[in-house]
Amino acid sequence: MLTRRDTFAIGLGASAVALLPATAFADAVEDWITAYTGGAAMEEGGVTITAPEIAENGNTVPVSVSAEGATEIVLVATGNPTPGLGRFTFGPGSGAPMIATRIRLGRTQDVVAIAKMADGTFKTTRVEVKVTIGGCGG
Amino acid sequence: MTDVRPRIRLPRSASAGDSITVKTLINHDMETGQRRNSAGETIPRQIINRFTCEFNGVMVIDVAMEPAISANPYMEFEAVVPESGEFVFTWYDDNGEVYTATEAFEVS
Repeated sequence: MLTRRDTFAIGLGASAVALLPATAFADAVEDWITAYTGGAAMEEGGVTITAPEIAENGNTVPVSVSAEGATEIVLVATGNPTPGLGRFTFGPGSGAPMIATRIRLGRTQDVVAIAKMADGTFKTTRVEVKVTIGGCGG
Repeated sequence: MTDVRPRIRLPRSASAGDSITVKTLINHDMETGQRRNSAGETIPRQIINRFTCEFNGVMVIDVAMEPAISANPYMEFEAVVPESGEFVFTWYDDNGEVYTATEAFEVS
């Protein structure tokens, strides 16, 4: 028979389970970023992300990113099954450190861009994209 | 994926030393490995994991792609054209296939 105390305990357990994925996501994103930067401090700003505020279809969200003086840019999704979106390395034939592409977003989340500058420092910016229909399928 | 067909768009003309906008698209499902079929089995991942563009042997951009890049991956970027020559675009599939496209470009 379920007592009030039991019910409360079950509720606590359920909410703990419900909270878990969010924390796991955040950790995965942090770990991913740390693996890329080697834990170096990142300066906020200096990177421009152009993305729609509201994406009706998460399967194909147009984003463009540019960072003056960057040799490489990585894009990270904070709420996808895997954090990485892409790593863009600019060669000597590059005209400007910019890229425009289309990405999949599973749900409303932040998109983070990290730019590696020529002197080895990192700059970062994030924007929130609201997703109406998620783009992870299944 | 036998009918993979890359599409490239370059501006009509440019002067030597200009930076031009290059747009590329290739038809590919970019299967994420997250989806399941009607029997509940995971559909194995098969994406294009790398894309590169060179002009006259000089690297313009090298992209490491993840499953979160949309199907029919589109890439738009800037390339410097110091002289007339040839762009070489290469896409690397998870299944080991490599798709290439070349495009001549004349500077004025």
